[in-house]
Amino acid sequence: MIKNLKQLWGYNWLLQELIVRDLKIKYRRSVLGYLWSVLNPLLMMTIMTIVFSNMFRFDIPNYPVYLLAGQLIYTFFSESTSMAMYSILGGAALIKKVYLPKYIFPLSRVLSCFTTMLFSMLALFIVMMATATSFHITLVLLPVVLIYLLLFCIGFGLLLSVLMVFFQDMQHLYGVFLTAFNYLTPIFYPANLLPPWLQNLLVLNPLYDIITIFRKVVIYGEWPTLTEHLLCICFSMGVLILGVRVFKKNQNKFILYV
Amino acid sequence: MEKAIIVDNVSMRFNLASERVDNIKELLIRKLKLKNATFEEFWALRDISFSIAKGESCALIGANGSGKSTMLKIISGVLTPTKGRVAVNGSIAPLIELGAGFDYELTGRENIFLNGAILGHSKRLMLAKYDEIVEFSELKDFIDVPVKNYSSGMVARLGFSIATIVKPEILIVDEILAVGDQAFQNKCHKRMEEMMNGGTTVVLVSHSAADIKRICSKAVWIDRGNMRFVGDVDEALKYYQHTDT
Repeated sequence: MIKNLKQLWGYNWLLQELIVRDLKIKYRRSVLGYLWSVLNPLLMMTIMTIVFSNMFRFDIPNYPVYLLAGQLIYTFFSESTSMAMYSILGGAALIKKVYLPKYIFPLSRVLSCFTTMLFSMLALFIVMMATATSFHITLVLLPVVLIYLLLFCIGFGLLLSVLMVFFQDMQHLYGVFLTAFNYLTPIFYPANLLPPWLQNLLVLNPLYDIITIFRKVVIYGEWPTLTEHLLCICFSMGVLILGVRVFKKNQNKFILYV
Repeated sequence: MEKAIIVDNVSMRFNLASERVDNIKELLIRKLKLKNATFEEFWALRDISFSIAKGESCALIGANGSGKSTMLKIISGVLTPTKGRVAVNGSIAPLIELGAGFDYELTGRENIFLNGAILGHSKRLMLAKYDEIVEFSELKDFIDVPVKNYSSGMVARLGFSIATIVKPEILIVDEILAVGDQAFQNKCHKRMEEMMNGGTTVVLVSHSAADIKRICSKAVWIDRGNMRFVGDVDEALKYYQHTDT
């Protein structure tokens, strides 16, 4: 474990370069560049707010902020895991030629999406100010929540990248999964809209747990309970450990399949 | 004498591509058939053992498809052998394919740093060597142009310049590389010889007997995955050429 972390440190410059590359390529030659990371969630929020406050009426105070908070987390999850999924196949040319620790591919992808999400978080703060939502002291916990989210996505991304190498059907399946997951997670609707039995099952949705404490900390100014923290820690660490294990076990076989 | 590379009983097995299962349908069909996988195994290498001392230059010779490049990839750590073990003592620089790590959307300048990081160099080293790389590649005027707009010769020149900027302890060469026009090829040759002459351990795969004789003192002859001979380069070439023709 310590040996692995040391090795990661040795490759920290490569990791940086790969992240910078992703960011550069994402907005290269677009006029607004990085501003899109802020604009995009704002535009999405505007559309969805118009749709959902006219067509369906949810009883949610300050709906734009509620929506944007969920949307931010979900977008990061879906983007980072999809990119991580393709990362090994995308790095095939390199994997065949040079020895590199292979986890660097999914890891750099998730981290570059994470950077984009930090930009996008500005959008949330802008909307909070625009709607005169007050900022609470609980915001100090924001980094902790983001770490839960990051670890969860790294683990999930590692798993997907392995699956994708051996079963290319994943690219089609995962799109369906993401859509289903989007609707199963209370992002644009309130949790109490679901039938009670389903509400009880919601705690088993790791993303919902993370979104819940994210909203508490950022919007409502409530301290998350110990149980809520533990749930997030268990899911994040569980998925991360599983991801690392599966990845380690299979990484030597990648080259025969990519 | 201290060893730089020890190859100990290395075997490498591939399952042939036709047997590769990479989607669920195929997996189900195979499971359903309950046929005990008609694996078509292919041993690219069988029980290869040799060692190379520090500072020694060794050639791998053999016909096409005999497993030379597989051996190189195992030494450089890209492939893990099915059986056996390889011990490597020192930093390795593979000169296997130029520009493998390029991102064609990025500019030449950005690629120099990305590629340097991929080859395991430090940022400080790349900053120090940056001017030298640009100068050697003769791409000063194009360095801020995305690599996708380069000609293939320019890509190869940049790749070569980055890959040969540091003299590693162990150099792995798949064919002597010479890219670009005649003038640049001469430059490449000169630089390769410089790298290979000054006490570096070299593992060379080549089909040019002249290159091999000039550079290497030792040779390993691999024939369809089996080792036929290890030892003096002249003797090895003699045996190899006799059986070949």
